[in-house]
Amino acid sequence: MRTQTEAPVVEPRPVQSRDVGVTLDGVAKAYGDVRALADVSLRAAPRETVAVVGPSGCGKSTLLELVCGLLRPDEGVLESPPAALMPQRDGLLPWLSALDNAGLALRVAGRSRAEARDAAREHFAAFGLEGFERARPAELSGGMRQRVAFLRTLLAGRPVLCLDEPFGALDALTRAQLQRWLAGALLREPRTVLLVTHDVEEAVLLADRIVLLSPRPGRVVAELDVPLAHPRERTDPQVVELRERALNALGVV
Amino acid sequence: MLAAVIVIGGLAAWEALVRGGVVDELLLPAPSDVASSLWTDRGLLGPDLAVTLQEVVVGLLAAVAVGAALGIGMHVSRPLRRALRPLVIGSQAVPVPVIAPLLILVLGFGLVPKVLLVALVCFFPVTINLYDGLRRVDPDARKLLRSFDATRWQSFRLLEAPAALPAAFTGLKVAAAVSVIGAVFAEWAGSDAGLGHALLTANGQLETARAFAATFLLFALAVGLYGLFALLERRVVRWR
Repeated sequence: MRTQTEAPVVEPRPVQSRDVGVTLDGVAKAYGDVRALADVSLRAAPRETVAVVGPSGCGKSTLLELVCGLLRPDEGVLESPPAALMPQRDGLLPWLSALDNAGLALRVAGRSRAEARDAAREHFAAFGLEGFERARPAELSGGMRQRVAFLRTLLAGRPVLCLDEPFGALDALTRAQLQRWLAGALLREPRTVLLVTHDVEEAVLLADRIVLLSPRPGRVVAELDVPLAHPRERTDPQVVELRERALNALGVV
Repeated sequence: MLAAVIVIGGLAAWEALVRGGVVDELLLPAPSDVASSLWTDRGLLGPDLAVTLQEVVVGLLAAVAVGAALGIGMHVSRPLRRALRPLVIGSQAVPVPVIAPLLILVLGFGLVPKVLLVALVCFFPVTINLYDGLRRVDPDARKLLRSFDATRWQSFRLLEAPAALPAAFTGLKVAAAVSVIGAVFAEWAGSDAGLGHALLTANGQLETARAFAATFLLFALAVGLYGLFALLERRVVRWR
């Protein structure tokens, strides 16, 4: 296991010592007449993984864009340390190699191409990407692309990670593998994580807490604690029970 | 393979039509006559080809410089976009045969008015394709760079410019294909050399085969320039 002091290259900007987590209080956001979020209040403690679950179009992506500072809330208060976004589709740049894509945030932070590559290369083995350093995104499988995108998010060195349906586009088998892998990666490199998903089971497998949103305009309808140790199995009765409770709260079952 | 069959078949049919006396040789020379004119008149046509090649290449370079500056300028600055868009589009409504004699009158018989006309015809596809390419960037990638606090220059260099390259090359290829039109009109308006000039004099002397030979060289010039840009595109845009 790697700590921050052992590997300063992982952190282009030092993670703030006074890590306060993410707080939203009465946040509302509308696009013209369309209200995406109405009165959303939630909190993610430092190093906590909070899953935000809700039906399609309930403003989940908007929530992450607010936390990342890409949008400003119309109402309410939002407090967050710098956050890195992993967009819904991986957002990899097709002309860059896997290595250069992974180090993109470092390039933007002013590091040289060689430095960014070195920093990214250190993680390629742990991310199961060894041997694909020079491959372009089109040559990578869907699962590998997501891992490159996640590494890029991690290397941004922000205390908060905003993951927008990171496995939504993957087949069921790859998704299950990557969920397990992500749980492990977050145990090794704990961050404050906001994980947006419409997959309740994924939320139960990965999160410490689940926030359930209503259909648009999204508002918080319930919060569930997931007090289970990792690794979690989808067949574990406690996982199944939590999944059913979440689906109940969403009014699905 | 099939393409070769189509070309050879077409040429054979054309040859047969002329040899059979269906069309007057003065109106439409046989392909074999055009080919022999290409060879026998090479002393005449060679220097003309060199002149037109120079006009087209310098004109294309000017078009690329101006087109890139306009495309990027219109992309990054809204006032510039509003001011320039009607002018850029309107420039293509200017009839080249009308403006060509004016340019010759003002600038003389030399290279400059030819280069200007080639550039006038060619900068438009470069500008518009580059401009569209710069705008059509994956919105997710744009959000990503903004979330990394990328500066305007960084998102241009790391995201927009590479993303626009394929479209820019489309613009270059279109420009290469139409570039000879500008050169020929400019030469028709006033010149003492060039393939357009050769075309005009051959027509006047009823040397139809030589006129066709000159036209063939124009055709080859456009195809060659297009191929050059296509080759360059394949080397630069490797991720497609």
